[in-house]
Amino acid sequence: MIENHLSLLIVVLPLLAAPIVAVLPNGRMPWSISTLVSWAVFAMACIQLINVSTGSVISYELGGWAPPWGIEYRIDAANALVALIVSGIAAVTLPYALKSVEQEIPKHQHSLFYAAFMLCFTGLLGITLTGDIFNLFVFLEISSLSSYALISLGKQRQALTASYQYLIMGTIGATFFIIGVGLLYAMTGTLNMMDLSQRLPELYEHRTIHTAFAFIMVGFALKLALFPLHLWLPNAYTYAPTVVTVFLAATATKVAVYVMLRVIFSVFGFTFIEDTPTDELFMILCVVGILMMSFYAIYQQDAKRLLAYSSVAQIGYMMLGIGIGSALGITATLVHLFNHALMKGALFMAIGAIVYQIGSSRIEHMQGLGKHMPWTFAAIVIGGLSLIGVPGTAGFISKWYLVLAAIEKQHWLIVIVILAGSLLAVIYVWKLVEVLYFKPADESGQTVSNQLTSRKEAPLMLLIPTWILVVANVYFGFNTELTVGTAEQAVKLLLPSMN
Amino acid sequence: MMEYIAGHYNYWLIIIIMMAGFYTVISRGNLVKKIAGLNIFQVSVFLLYISISNVKDGAVPIIEEGVTLYSNPLPHVLILTAIVVGVATTALGLALVIRIKEAYGTIEEDDIHNQDQSL
Repeated sequence: MIENHLSLLIVVLPLLAAPIVAVLPNGRMPWSISTLVSWAVFAMACIQLINVSTGSVISYELGGWAPPWGIEYRIDAANALVALIVSGIAAVTLPYALKSVEQEIPKHQHSLFYAAFMLCFTGLLGITLTGDIFNLFVFLEISSLSSYALISLGKQRQALTASYQYLIMGTIGATFFIIGVGLLYAMTGTLNMMDLSQRLPELYEHRTIHTAFAFIMVGFALKLALFPLHLWLPNAYTYAPTVVTVFLAATATKVAVYVMLRVIFSVFGFTFIEDTPTDELFMILCVVGILMMSFYAIYQQDAKRLLAYSSVAQIGYMMLGIGIGSALGITATLVHLFNHALMKGALFMAIGAIVYQIGSSRIEHMQGLGKHMPWTFAAIVIGGLSLIGVPGTAGFISKWYLVLAAIEKQHWLIVIVILAGSLLAVIYVWKLVEVLYFKPADESGQTVSNQLTSRKEAPLMLLIPTWILVVANVYFGFNTELTVGTAEQAVKLLLPSMN
Repeated sequence: MMEYIAGHYNYWLIIIIMMAGFYTVISRGNLVKKIAGLNIFQVSVFLLYISISNVKDGAVPIIEEGVTLYSNPLPHVLILTAIVVGVATTALGLALVIRIKEAYGTIEEDDIHNQDQSL
C-alpha cells in the first residue's frame, strides 16, 4: 500500500517534519529528526529511481483527482535523478550540520533553523516531482522563502543584505514565472505539463505563447543564476552559514536547471525553441559566462566566494547542454547537474571544515593549513580535480559528454571555451592548493578572529560527510551506469522525436 | 485602433501597474520602498489572473438554476495562493529590513554599500 504513495511521501515527509521540528526544544532532537527524515527520503528516492530506471513513468494523482484537473505528480528518469541528488545531498549535509550549526547558529534558533531547512528541502523536492506548473510555483516559493531565511542567519551582517538582494531578485524571477504561467493558462486553459505539451503545438505561432515562454525563461534564469542574472549568488553563498551554502550550492540551482529542461523539452518541445533565438542566446550567454566567471573566480580573496563564482561558470556548462539541444547535450546537462552537486558539495564542505577550525574563509588566513589538516586538504584537491574535469573523476564524465555534444553539432568555439574554462579552473583550484600547502604558515597572523582558532584537523563529524562526497566524486568518475544510464533514459522521454 | 486600445484596457492598466512596480524596485535605494515596489509588481500579476478569468456575459461562478455560462473560478483560487505567497514575501522582506537597520543603522542601499566597502 505504502509503495503506491511513495511519490507523494517524498515531498510530504519533510513538509510534516518541519512544524514538528519547529516546536521541539533546542538541542539535538531537531537535528536527529531532520537527519532521519532526510535518510528516509533518500531511501524513497532510490526506490523511485529504480522503479523508473527502465524508462517507465509513475503518475500519482493527488487526492484521487484525475489529471489534468487534479494535481499530478509525475516521476520519470529525469526528475527521479534530480530527486535522488537533492535528497542525497540533504542526507549527507545534515550529519555535517550538527557541529557546524552548533558553532555558527545561536542555540535558541536551532529548531527553527532545522524547520526552515526541512521546508527548503520540501520545496526543492516538490519542484522536482510535480507535474503541475502552478504547483511548481508554490513549491518554488516554499523553497525560496525558506532559503532567504536560512541565508540571513549567516554570522556577518552582510548575510542580511545578501539575503535581501536574493529576496528581491528571487521574487522578481518567481513573479515572471507566474506571469508566464498565467499567459499559458489564458491560451490553453490547462496547468498540467503533459496536457500543456499536447495543446501547445497548434498555438506555436501565437505571440502570447512566445511572451509566456520569454517570461518563464527569464524568471528561471534568475533563479538558476544564469550569467548575467547571477548577481545575487556570490554574496548569498559567501555569507550564508556553511551548511546552507553546501545545501543550496549543491541543490537549489540544479533544481532550477531541471525546471528549464522540463519546460523547454517536455512542455514547449524543442521544435518551438529552435524557431526562437533561445538556444543561440543560451549558448552566447553561457560562453561569456563561463569565461568571465572563471576569471572572476581567480581574483577572489575569499574561498567561499571563489567557489560561488565557479558555480556560476559551471551553471554555464549545464545550460550549454540545453542550448546545444541534442541528445548528447541533454545527457551532458543531466550528468553535470548530478556531478556538479557532488563536487561543489564536497568542496564547500571541505572549506566549511576549515571555517569551522579557523573561523574565516579568507584565503590569506588559510596559509599552510594543508599540513595541519591533511584530510580536509586532500578533499579539496580531489574535489578540485573533479571541478577541473581530470579523468578518473566525475567532472571528467560530464565535460566529456558536453565536448562530444559540441563536436557532434560542430560548435568548435564551444569546444574551445569548455577547454579554456577547464584551464581557468586549474588556476583557481591551484590558488587554493598553493595557499593551503605551499605557503608557509603565517604564525603571526593566526589571530583571525577572537574565538579560539586551532590549526588541527577538523572533527570526524565534518570529515566523514565530506569524504562520502569525495569518494562519490571518484566513484562516479569510473562507474557511469547510474548517471549516464539514467540520463540517457531521461533523454528518451524528453526528446521523443530522437527515437 | 481606438477599439483595440479600449478593448484591452485591462491589459494596459496591468502593464502600467507592473512597470510602475518594477521601476520602483530597480530605481529606489530605500529598502522599504523596494519592497513596496515589489508588492505593486506582484499585485499587477494578481489583476492579470483575475481579469483573464472573466468570461464574457458569464455569471458569478456559483451554481444557480437557469444559468449556463459562468466565469472561470480557477484563476481566483490560483491567485489566492499567490497572494498568500506575496504576504509571506513581504513579511520576510520587511523583517530583513528591520535586521538590516539594526546591523547597519540605515536602510539606504548606498550607505550600506559604503559601509561594506570601507571595511
